[in-house]
Amino acid sequence: MKPFTYERARSPAEAAAAAARTPGAKFIAGGTNLLDLMKLQIETPGHLIDVNGLALDKIEATAEGGLRIGALVRNTDLAADERVRRDYGVLSRALLAGASGQLRNKATTGGNLLQRTRCPYFYDTNQPCNKRQPGSGCAAIGGYSRQLAVIGSSEACIATHPGDMSIAMRALDAVVETVKPDGTARAIPIAEFHRLPGDTPQIETALEQGEFITAVVLPKPAGGTHIYRKVRDRASYAYALVSVAAIVQRDGTARVAIGGVAHKPWRVEAAEAEIPRGAKAAAAAIMAGARPTHDNAFKVTLVERTLGAVLAEARS
Amino acid sequence: MKFDTPATTNPIDQLKVVGQPLDRVDGPLKTSGTAPYAYERHDVVANQAYGYVVGAAIAKGRITGMALDAARAAPGVITIVTAETAGKLDKGKRNAATLFGGPEVEHYHQAVALVVAESFEQARAAAQLVQVDYAKAEGAYDLAAAKQAGVEPSEGSPDQKVGDFEAAFAAAPVQFDRTYTTPDQSHAMMEPHASIAAWEGDKVTVWTSNQMVDWATTDLAQTLGLPKEQVRIVSPYIGGGFGGKLFLRADTLLAALGARAAKRPVKVALTRPMMANNTTHRPATIQRIRFGAGRDGKLTAIAHESWSGNLPGGEPEDAIQQSRLLYAGANRLTGNRLATLDLPEGNAMRAPGETPGLMALEIAMDEMAEQLGLDPIEFRVRNDTQVDPANPDRPFSQRQLIECLRQGAERFGWDKRATKPGSRREGRWLVGIGVAAGFRNSMSMPSGARVRLDAAGVVTVETDMTDIGTGSYTIIAQTAAEMMGVGMDKVVVRLGDSSFPVSAGSGGQWGANSSTAGVYAACVKLREAVAQKLGFNSADTAFADGQVRAGNRSAPLGQAAGEGGLVAEDTIEYGDLAKQYQQSTFAGHFVEVAVDAATGEVRVRRMLAVCAAGRILNPKSARSQVIGAMTMGVGGALMEELAVDKRHGFFVNHDLATYEVPVHADIPHQEVVFLEEADATSSPMKAKGVGELGLCGVGAAVANAIHNATGLRVREYPITLDKLLDRLPDAA
Repeated sequence: MKPFTYERARSPAEAAAAAARTPGAKFIAGGTNLLDLMKLQIETPGHLIDVNGLALDKIEATAEGGLRIGALVRNTDLAADERVRRDYGVLSRALLAGASGQLRNKATTGGNLLQRTRCPYFYDTNQPCNKRQPGSGCAAIGGYSRQLAVIGSSEACIATHPGDMSIAMRALDAVVETVKPDGTARAIPIAEFHRLPGDTPQIETALEQGEFITAVVLPKPAGGTHIYRKVRDRASYAYALVSVAAIVQRDGTARVAIGGVAHKPWRVEAAEAEIPRGAKAAAAAIMAGARPTHDNAFKVTLVERTLGAVLAEARS
Repeated sequence: MKFDTPATTNPIDQLKVVGQPLDRVDGPLKTSGTAPYAYERHDVVANQAYGYVVGAAIAKGRITGMALDAARAAPGVITIVTAETAGKLDKGKRNAATLFGGPEVEHYHQAVALVVAESFEQARAAAQLVQVDYAKAEGAYDLAAAKQAGVEPSEGSPDQKVGDFEAAFAAAPVQFDRTYTTPDQSHAMMEPHASIAAWEGDKVTVWTSNQMVDWATTDLAQTLGLPKEQVRIVSPYIGGGFGGKLFLRADTLLAALGARAAKRPVKVALTRPMMANNTTHRPATIQRIRFGAGRDGKLTAIAHESWSGNLPGGEPEDAIQQSRLLYAGANRLTGNRLATLDLPEGNAMRAPGETPGLMALEIAMDEMAEQLGLDPIEFRVRNDTQVDPANPDRPFSQRQLIECLRQGAERFGWDKRATKPGSRREGRWLVGIGVAAGFRNSMSMPSGARVRLDAAGVVTVETDMTDIGTGSYTIIAQTAAEMMGVGMDKVVVRLGDSSFPVSAGSGGQWGANSSTAGVYAACVKLREAVAQKLGFNSADTAFADGQVRAGNRSAPLGQAAGEGGLVAEDTIEYGDLAKQYQQSTFAGHFVEVAVDAATGEVRVRRMLAVCAAGRILNPKSARSQVIGAMTMGVGGALMEELAVDKRHGFFVNHDLATYEVPVHADIPHQEVVFLEEADATSSPMKAKGVGELGLCGVGAAVANAIHNATGLRVREYPITLDKLLDRLPDAA
């Protein structure tokens, strides 16, 4: 771990200003991902801005009938919130499918959105990785890629976004609220928040230098049946091979976001028209243009079969 | 004590303490976090500095340059040791690659430098500043590609031919020929390798975590070029080993070298990401199994050939050994082939040989039963043997495999198994049950102990035996209590110190039987000394309730000790009973799985192991061993695989986020049954071992249950869902 300086932020705007002012600064909240990466010197911030003291730990109703989730609401609390469980079941289930109880007690809503990939080559500093060291190459391409992306990947990077919460938020059309270093606020639709790798895989989100997440806003409840189905190699405490977040209405229409397949939560709104025609057609549309590797070609089949199981469950 | 004739009645047979399901004597220390593990021994020596290992970034080649200035100048750095500055080093006879690489690099993450600093964080930060330049060399990293160049190894089981396999196979009315693969696996024990070393003049003491204290002492002395007397190893508590801590490893050597260079005590732990590639692993295998049988279901020809790879000087994974002994059949062919690979060193992991061997053999038996139209249990029963098939004059000392299978079938509800695979469905789940035979040889090893008696009647046992979480402390205390006629509260057990008598150590499931037999031998001597001291006739002296009685005379045990105490020491050694009798342990493993019909996810629902393994010294700790082993078997069946990067020659998934082992949610229900047994040929304890038996066969039982659930055979472990997905019935 590289030595770093540390400060406690007193307001979101100050946090953002401090981050813009200090080269190599990082925000720290739960630290469940950042601290591990610092120990491995994959992240080497020279300065940490601790945001845990900011009063962003509330879940409040919005005027539009939705919920505003403070960036520091812990995963455990968010999953257990009565309104979330009642009206946004897909989110509660996604959270509980992630990590372990201990980690969920620490991990925050804002931090979880910024969780970095679990690509094993990203984690090994002996290996080239365009995400860790831009321009160094990608060892994962042609290497061990069972967990990695099958769609939306690039010649520079085939990493996956590892989240569960964010997949549900994508299906829910959540909006990420931020404050910039100059004090202005903005709202970023979740669809635009995470990026595909392109030739700059080190840039993972739409956040600008110093920009700080203050809340995630959920629109008013969409109704329907909420399902989060996470498929993995062991029953708990594992990243998704494929996950499906679905909100299925009585008329058979649905919103579906897929995890474990891309550098971001994968949702193709245009493909959702196919859902009433069945999982095969819908999955074909959702996964159109997939470019799997030898190791992970099964994920394309798995998306279709998991989606089929989810839609069948919603019908029953 | 020389044990060369079968045991007769002895004080252990009282079973007042031995054989009882007593709580672990070390349990309170462990549950309260106060058992002193190696890295946390802040008390043993003052002024400890921290070492951090730099691992090689290539799999094979040479170091062409090292830039150490930046690291040396980093805050807190005391010294940096490299092979160049470490002085002349030999290699321990149990190590394939050297533990400190440079200029040659023999495998990925081979240690190439140790940075010593005032704090762990400073050492780690400085280690990142060490710049190493390499000239990469071509290496062989793909077992399937290297297989053809494999040769008959000098170690492990040599080729064995009995009768004429080829002719019998060719003539057999029913033939079977399949190939199976098992992957490289990591021990993944909880506590990483860790050591603290301190020099006093030219003598070094290392507090470490090692299963085999005498091997570590010998090999550290040899590596450092010291007489063995100048090396002391202390390893009283071990947070899991599974064979990963059988040998001297880099943490111990580098702590000693770091301490010598820093001129103060140095502690070194391997970090989790280094463990897969820096240390040893269970090597991958490719196994071909052929059976010939008559239509009566009797095997006439059995061939089991296995290929594995290792570094030069490394040994094969001896996956064929159980196939020489498990089933009858007049014509047999077994052999290992060893290829050279430049992956990290392959070596023993829990039940080496039998674990991957049975993963293959016991699927093959299931397949052959199906081909013959026989029930898998009936097929195994029909091919049982009570003698070594290659030497029919040599019987098994005990063999209750049929009883294990029959009783297991009864308890598990085998009669409810769907005979047509893929026909039992519960909602989204395809449900099936599977069986496999468990087999592991029982080895008896020489083992020494020293027992002291004091005036208060307290018996203190000292032996360099280790407790790797198995319960050694407890069964050794039980043995001494039984022998000396005292309660458990009057026994103190001290383990894991090379200044104590050399024991069998913990490996090969020999630890429990051998180490307690050593304590038995020492206690026999102590009983004689007590009788003599009291002037009793030793032949009819009885030890019970803290009293010594002979005829109508009686005295408190402590009285014999007097002020100075009494000490006795002995080592159990063995004659040729193991040659006269084949000593093995047996199990019937039963597993029920549910397979998600849509996704192919496999979830184990319940497991049963019926074990026949000699006298069970403590049913509680023995059960813990078996359920732990069964859990490891599920890991091997369903998820554990060190993924090889065949371009760059290393295990890619080198942490516990990516090398998955079962979690609690994967293991819902486990039952263990021990059959009544006492093997008089094994030792005066009449015990064998269970710690590895619990793993042997489990993987195949899972695989066979998956086949019963789905109708699908997977012959490449682990059985992950991608290997089922395309062949599952159409999703809803």
